Amino acid sequence: MNDQTLFSIFFSAMVVNNFTLAMFLGLCPFMGVSARVETALRMGLANIFVLILTSLSAWVLNTYILETVPYLRIISFIIVVASLVQIVEMAVKKMSPTLFRQLGIFLPLMTTNCAIFGLAIFQTNRGYDFMQGITFAVGAGLGLTLALVLMASIRESVEFSDVPSIARGTGLVLIIAGTLSMAFMGFAGLL
Amino acid sequence: MRKTTSSQDFIRGIWNENPVLIQMLGLCPALAVTNSVANALAMSAATFFVICCSSVLISTFKNLIPHEVRISSYILVIATFVTLADMMLQAYAPVQHKELGAFIALIVVNCMILGRQEAFSAKHNVFRSLLDAVGTGIGFTIALVMMGGFREILGEGRFLGYSLFGPNFEPWVIMVLPAGGFLTLGFILLAMGFFEQRKKAKTEQTAEVSS
Repeated sequence: MNDQTLFSIFFSAMVVNNFTLAMFLGLCPFMGVSARVETALRMGLANIFVLILTSLSAWVLNTYILETVPYLRIISFIIVVASLVQIVEMAVKKMSPTLFRQLGIFLPLMTTNCAIFGLAIFQTNRGYDFMQGITFAVGAGLGLTLALVLMASIRESVEFSDVPSIARGTGLVLIIAGTLSMAFMGFAGLL
Repeated sequence: MRKTTSSQDFIRGIWNENPVLIQMLGLCPALAVTNSVANALAMSAATFFVICCSSVLISTFKNLIPHEVRISSYILVIATFVTLADMMLQAYAPVQHKELGAFIALIVVNCMILGRQEAFSAKHNVFRSLLDAVGTGIGFTIALVMMGGFREILGEGRFLGYSLFGPNFEPWVIMVLPAGGFLTLGFILLAMGFFEQRKKAKTEQTAEVSS
């Protein structure tokens, strides 16, 4: 049990300890999907959804199953995340083929997204209960979306500027990310 | 598929296809735990152990794993070894274990390891897979220690805990903070791009002269 207030958990996950910019989780989509604002936004929303489901299942696992077998934690978490992503993928495909097409490869790739797995692990390590876990997931998801959208909008405008040829590509993205991360450090004193 | 010799399998992961610096895989641990050389070393050791063991195991059983469930099987094998690594670090290096925290568990979702299994171990024999895994592991270690070195030297004025510059050195605190991770890797990539371009220009020049 952890006695942080819901607000501080939410705010900490969203900006102060932003998953992408301060804890380096979910960098693959951050690098890969941040070329256009629209895709970035959709990716972020899909992430929020899966994060909430993960938080729920991690809580169920922690409360009812893993108490007796703590050493199986990593294995059972990864299985749960993998099957969860699979189920979400099937559900989306069945219910809304349009959305499924828009998300494309990024939906299955979520299995190996460190943000999802990291959320389950951090939630366990900090001993969050049900409500705290959900708040943490929503905050983390919003934080990811925020970082993705910010990054995408910067990249959209950088696209047309004259950058030295050595800096085109990942090097530039990383330096922009560093600058964004520095900006987010300004929130550090808030909590 | 292109034929390669055993030595090429080994060398490739270390430099030409360095997992972090060239392929951009496993960025999450590379940025998160490199605020000191000791942490970088502990992380590399754990990853090295996991990638070698899972490569050997998976290439041994590659014919028994059904194609449809191969990714899940790989993940399970990796997760098992990560659990082992986690327990071993906790027993032998409790300080590092505490500092790395959740990032040990996050080795499971390091795309570099899964990538090597899918791209190499599933198609080659045990010996070649082990060579490939060792090469990739060393490449990962080089990248991590390099970043850890830069960040610790600039950010704290120390290397592996030993003071380098004396008390007058003003540490660049930003380098050990998260932003420093992004900046360090960004500048390393810029430098690599610079040398790459210079090399290319040189070879073009010689080609022109000879023609």
